[in-house]
Amino acid sequence: MPTITLLILTFAAAFIALFMPIRYGNRFAFASSLVIFAYSVYLFITFPISPDYQNVVDYPWIESLGIHFKVGMDGISILMVMLTTFLTPLIIFSVRKSEPRPRAFYSLLLFMEMALIGVFVSMDGFMFYIFWEIALIPIYFICLLWGGKDRVKITLKFFIYTLTGSLFMLVGLIYLYLHTSGQHSFDIQSLYAAGKSLDAQHQCILFWFFFLAFGIKMPIFPLHTWQPDTYTEAPAQGTMMLSGIMLKMGIYGLIRWMIPMLPLGFSQNSQYAMWLAVIGVIYAGIIAFTQKDMKRLLAYSSISHVGLIAAGIFAFNAQGLQGSIIQMLSHGINVVGLFFVVDIIQSRTGTRDLGSLGGIRLKAPYLATVFAIIMLGAVALPLTDGFPGEFLLISGVFKFDNIMGAIAGLTIIIGAVYMLRAYQRSMLGETSTWTDSFSDITMAEKTVLIPIVIMVIVIGVCPNLFLRVSEPAIMKLLSGM
Amino acid sequence: MNTLIILSVLGVITLFAEIFRFRKGLFPLILIGLAAAFTFTVMDYNNPQVYFGMMNFDNYAVVFSSAILVIAFLWFMMAQNYFLQETSVTDHFALILFSLVGAVVMVSFNNLTMLFLGIEILSVSVYVLAASDKSNVLSNESGFKYFLMGSFATGFLLFGITLIYGVTGSFDLTTIHQHISTGNQTGMALAGVLLLLVGLSFKSSLAPFHFWAPDVYEGAPTTITTYMATVVKMAAFAAFFRLFSTCFAEIAGHWTQVLWWMVIITLFIGNVSAVRQKSLKRMLAYSSVAHAGYIAIAIVSMSATSASAIFYYTLTYSISSITAFTILFIVSRHKNSKDISAFEGISKANPLVSFAMTVAMLSLAGIPPTAGFFAKYFIFFTAIHSGYTLLVLIAIVAALIGIYYYFRVIIAMYFKPEQQLVPIKVGILHRIVLIITTILTILLGIFPDLIMGWL
Repeated sequence: MPTITLLILTFAAAFIALFMPIRYGNRFAFASSLVIFAYSVYLFITFPISPDYQNVVDYPWIESLGIHFKVGMDGISILMVMLTTFLTPLIIFSVRKSEPRPRAFYSLLLFMEMALIGVFVSMDGFMFYIFWEIALIPIYFICLLWGGKDRVKITLKFFIYTLTGSLFMLVGLIYLYLHTSGQHSFDIQSLYAAGKSLDAQHQCILFWFFFLAFGIKMPIFPLHTWQPDTYTEAPAQGTMMLSGIMLKMGIYGLIRWMIPMLPLGFSQNSQYAMWLAVIGVIYAGIIAFTQKDMKRLLAYSSISHVGLIAAGIFAFNAQGLQGSIIQMLSHGINVVGLFFVVDIIQSRTGTRDLGSLGGIRLKAPYLATVFAIIMLGAVALPLTDGFPGEFLLISGVFKFDNIMGAIAGLTIIIGAVYMLRAYQRSMLGETSTWTDSFSDITMAEKTVLIPIVIMVIVIGVCPNLFLRVSEPAIMKLLSGM
Repeated sequence: MNTLIILSVLGVITLFAEIFRFRKGLFPLILIGLAAAFTFTVMDYNNPQVYFGMMNFDNYAVVFSSAILVIAFLWFMMAQNYFLQETSVTDHFALILFSLVGAVVMVSFNNLTMLFLGIEILSVSVYVLAASDKSNVLSNESGFKYFLMGSFATGFLLFGITLIYGVTGSFDLTTIHQHISTGNQTGMALAGVLLLLVGLSFKSSLAPFHFWAPDVYEGAPTTITTYMATVVKMAAFAAFFRLFSTCFAEIAGHWTQVLWWMVIITLFIGNVSAVRQKSLKRMLAYSSVAHAGYIAIAIVSMSATSASAIFYYTLTYSISSITAFTILFIVSRHKNSKDISAFEGISKANPLVSFAMTVAMLSLAGIPPTAGFFAKYFIFFTAIHSGYTLLVLIAIVAALIGIYYYFRVIIAMYFKPEQQLVPIKVGILHRIVLIITTILTILLGIFPDLIMGWL
């Protein structure tokens, strides 16, 4: 029941936010998302360390097709839900008062939160697909209504791109559904069984169907071409949603659905997928290094980081998988923080161009410190949140294949280079005409940034707080193959 | 049978209403009549009756007839204004009611003569209606074109019926089925099947027999276009599937190959042509061709779930189409233009109209949680079930093209700067129609079981 409560709470909040008087809109959206966060924290604290699904509810939905409204959470889901409910209040609070149509904005953000939670708790293949698709609608409108200059073309490209992948996944799901034994069902266990019963050749084909859906969402090289443009043109909150939470849908899909369903297809193809992921790590890292636009730089850095997470999953050992879980959390937190810093800089100076910035540290020491901490998290300095994840991921990949581990390990160097470069160009040096009158961050902005900084340190110091929750589920996944 | 009687009597009363100066009360009377017909139809559910071997009111017929009546009910509410103001209302309402008789015959025939009669009753009324805007050249062209092309199609159909009769010696569906399934599959029979296929493809606007559709849809008055896109399409596909599933399922291998290719051509011609259209009405016309392609996938599949897939698809497509055409009607009235550009920036002053249009477009594009998604889902499901996975993959590519042009409308409404901030006046009946269709679109998208179980 708690799982459904979570969904209903978010949906109700999204619905009410649409009709709130504009004056209270901001406060209501923020407060309700905090309530939802508090509730999920409660669920997290009371969550037993167990490999099984908790809080499962199962109602028939479309009985004639074996579709059930079945939700539940295991250790992986609860962490993803936590990430979503933790970031959403921050994202909502970061909305500037001057945005047009604030009510619709808040409502869409909350609606999106509901869809994302739905994705992470679905235990029915069809429901998973529905939530997966529903998440696309609010983000499309967020980008379309509040985005930058070229938003129309770019958001449509984004929409069609991701929908292409999803529809292939739908075909894969229907195919598997038709191979479930007895009374056909979309239940997660029946789909697992159906997938395992297929021969290697069919599993391989289906593997690439699912890979297309999840790979586009993450995105994995060479399916990433929608991403830099979309991240750049979307409003800051849209970018945070996309990079912080939405791309985790793809990674989660790999772990939850694809690998257990298609073990043979996975083991035969994981090396190719691994190559793509590793190429993406290096390729996007190098491109990030040459970017002048800070948002675009972060977009490419995101491709690079996600590539490493994917590589850890394709390595398929305990280190790789656990690393991917913890890295999903820390990447989500870091990237939201970084995009918010960029948004602050842009709102003050009107530019994101690294060439025009500089010397902000002199004017805004507080911002510079916060930026430094989050940035160090992103380059995986020990004791920050990026470190445990990256360490586990690289050792996982190394265990899978030495050479690939070595190549993927380069990300530590490349990541440090482009991140430090961005920091140096924007914060250090002399002030420019753009940054002359830069004022330090306000109370509202601190409210968003301080929780992020705290989490950067907390995950860095005691990652086990989270890793222990996901461990049983990961071990079950590994032993099930 | 009660449905047919009620509709015919209603039609005759409507004709006489002009003489007896009964125009004011006519509209409520028609709505009551349709509701009564609907009630009687639904009461026949699970009570199959065969009338003299000519008509077979099985569940298939009942379900499709009631859906047609529901759509007709919504259509009357949408079209009332137009006919009251601009033409002689009684003739046109009578014609619509008679064409509904044709539609009901088309979904319940048990004999090829009845199929032919049904199609003719429906078509002849619609030919006239397409040309009902007498002073408009385009409307006249539309009616004339529809008439000429439709007559051609009827010729094919008749020729096919004749050949089938020549082989089997009967018009009766069961007899034909027995002959065909017991091995009487001569070249003549196959030629007959193929000609029937051509004739019915014409009526349901499958490429390469779709050429009439865009011009006719565009030229006809918007209300009549709505009628053609909804009721006529539903009846045509119901008849198509009824004929081919009862008679020719055993020789499916022969004709599904042809239809397979026709589906692909239809999907691409419909979707690709729609992309380039400036006029929303013409875009919807091409999109209607494309949707015919999706529906025909279920006919190609010929599986146990085909009938319900077709039913769900045609019904939800009709509901969303009514929303889209109603809004087109309202907006084009207000701005005097049927182009997509007329929709630019209307969202601010008309949030509810824009919301309804967005839901309709999402549904036509097949995005969850709208009904259109489930419609496509059932079609794809049916096809994969019968092993047509490649066809589904091709249809997916076509659906992606579809997203592009449906979203153009949404983008125009929300993104383009508003030209004028005056809210567009929406009459009370239109308002009711929009509310009903929008709620239905979302409701059927979340609970498709509400109507899926009927067939």
